[in-house]
Amino acid sequence: MAKRIDVSGLTAYYGSHKAIEDISMTVEPRSVTAFIGPSGCGKSTFLRTLNRMHEVTPGGRVEGKVLLDDEDLYGTGVDPVSVRREVGMVFQRPNPFPTMSIFDNVAAGLRLNGNYRKSELSDIVEKSLRGANLWNEVKDRLNKPGSGLSGGQQQRLCIARAIAVEPKVLLMDEPCSALDPISTLAIEDLIGELKERFTIVIVTHNMQQAARVSDRTAFFNLAAVGQPGRLIEIDDTERIFSNPSVQATEDYISGRFG
Amino acid sequence: MDISTTTDASPPTPPQHKPAERKRDARGATRPGDRIFLGLSRGSGILLLVIMAAIAGFLTYRAAIAIGKDHGNFLTTFEWNTNVQPPTFGIAVLAFGTIVSSVVAMALAVPVAVAIALFITHYAPRRMSGPVAYVIDLLAAVPSIVYGLWGALVLVPHMNGLFGWLNDFFGWTGLFSWEEGAPRSMLTVGILLAIMILPIITNVSREVFRQVPQMHEEAALALGATRWEVIRMSVLPFGRSGVISASMLGLGRALGETMAVATVLSPSFDIQASLLNPGGGTFAQNIASKFSEANEFGRDALIASGLILFVITLVVNGAARLIIARRAEYSGANA
Repeated sequence: MAKRIDVSGLTAYYGSHKAIEDISMTVEPRSVTAFIGPSGCGKSTFLRTLNRMHEVTPGGRVEGKVLLDDEDLYGTGVDPVSVRREVGMVFQRPNPFPTMSIFDNVAAGLRLNGNYRKSELSDIVEKSLRGANLWNEVKDRLNKPGSGLSGGQQQRLCIARAIAVEPKVLLMDEPCSALDPISTLAIEDLIGELKERFTIVIVTHNMQQAARVSDRTAFFNLAAVGQPGRLIEIDDTERIFSNPSVQATEDYISGRFG
Repeated sequence: MDISTTTDASPPTPPQHKPAERKRDARGATRPGDRIFLGLSRGSGILLLVIMAAIAGFLTYRAAIAIGKDHGNFLTTFEWNTNVQPPTFGIAVLAFGTIVSSVVAMALAVPVAVAIALFITHYAPRRMSGPVAYVIDLLAAVPSIVYGLWGALVLVPHMNGLFGWLNDFFGWTGLFSWEEGAPRSMLTVGILLAIMILPIITNVSREVFRQVPQMHEEAALALGATRWEVIRMSVLPFGRSGVISASMLGLGRALGETMAVATVLSPSFDIQASLLNPGGGTFAQNIASKFSEANEFGRDALIASGLILFVITLVVNGAARLIIARRAEYSGANA
């Protein structure tokens, strides 16, 4: 079941440096929300606060609230590990576990979460690989190492690994920036299918990609280098790309800066 | 633009080379600096092979003289009498003792070393990991004779309690039965060797664990892995071949350790089934304790035992490489 994300007054730090300041937004379930903005504006940092990965960085800390439906991810007593089991993540560079086979890569999260019978496990692995549009390419070599696949296949393997544990939300941090155009297209098609089941948030540097895949688009910017990044506006993607309400958004989208 | 200057500025057509020369050009080994470096590195490589061949040749030649006159079977005889006629000596006891003490040392040292390395790289707060790593480095700098003296003067007198306890609870296995006597046995030697090889295994493992790419650890974290699960899924598999290499370095030291064993063990030319009963011997310890008093033939016999140690070391290293190579396609280095 996809869940709604409700962020209010979120500020994130690296040590004493304030990376993003006072961000509030709502992400609807079963939709794709794209984060765009110039480099260093904190969109990746913000994404990483949504599954508490930001705290993994030494000195990383967060103020504010992130509600997943009604549960505060930063509430007292909330275990970051259990947050990450609900909020999956796909990274910029494909990172399948190099020492595991394709099958084991997809099963990795399941094996963490509990005991599955062998038949159950292979059913879920097949379903996840089909869900990631990778099944037909790898079904004959499930026992081969995942690192032997092409970059695009590896990224879809990582998506299969993330969706195998049925997260409520799927975060994607520039998932196509290391891929060629054909593989990028495959991932974008996949995002369109996955949004039927998951809430998806995607960071992208590619504005055409944001326009193609997302329902809502959030534009981030920073006043100057060293200043914290802020959310400038979030709106329906169509509106952001045709008639944004803030001048800075229009400047960025039309290529006048950034 | 003047046509003549354009022609002048165009790069000269490269001269036609024979294939071998062209290959050398492609490697960039045509300029003086490249040539000097090529010569140096090639020379060092060849020198290494020459030294290895010289050692092997020396050992084989002298060993052949001794083994030819050996009245007993060199591999299975349980005694070492080189001054009597006919001389009778064999390496069975030494091979057994060397392998047993090294296996004990590895069994104790590798898990502890890996745990320390993980602690330094993944658990300890930054303020602590530096000092801990520094102390481990210091341990590596202590000379082996100092370990030997500490072993004989401090470790041995304190082993009685452990030996008694092992005998009480595990004596029935035979491996840990103790018929009194000073605890100068293979177990004590193994414990001392374990302490000695701990730093090298820890240091190399630490470097390997530190090099685990962030993205592999984040992959595990993002699936909801706890810290231990991250280590199990990302860090240990990535570091596996490095830990094996580190262990081989440690094993090499354990196999060849001389002074520490010689000061702690009370040697005898027999095989003890129990790790607690004193006796036995190792190649290096036997050479060290007999070499100064041996006549020329006795030295050749000791050199023959050194040859066997050399072969054991080669086999162990080869086996380790085989283990690493067999799973190369799953290696963390593919990432």
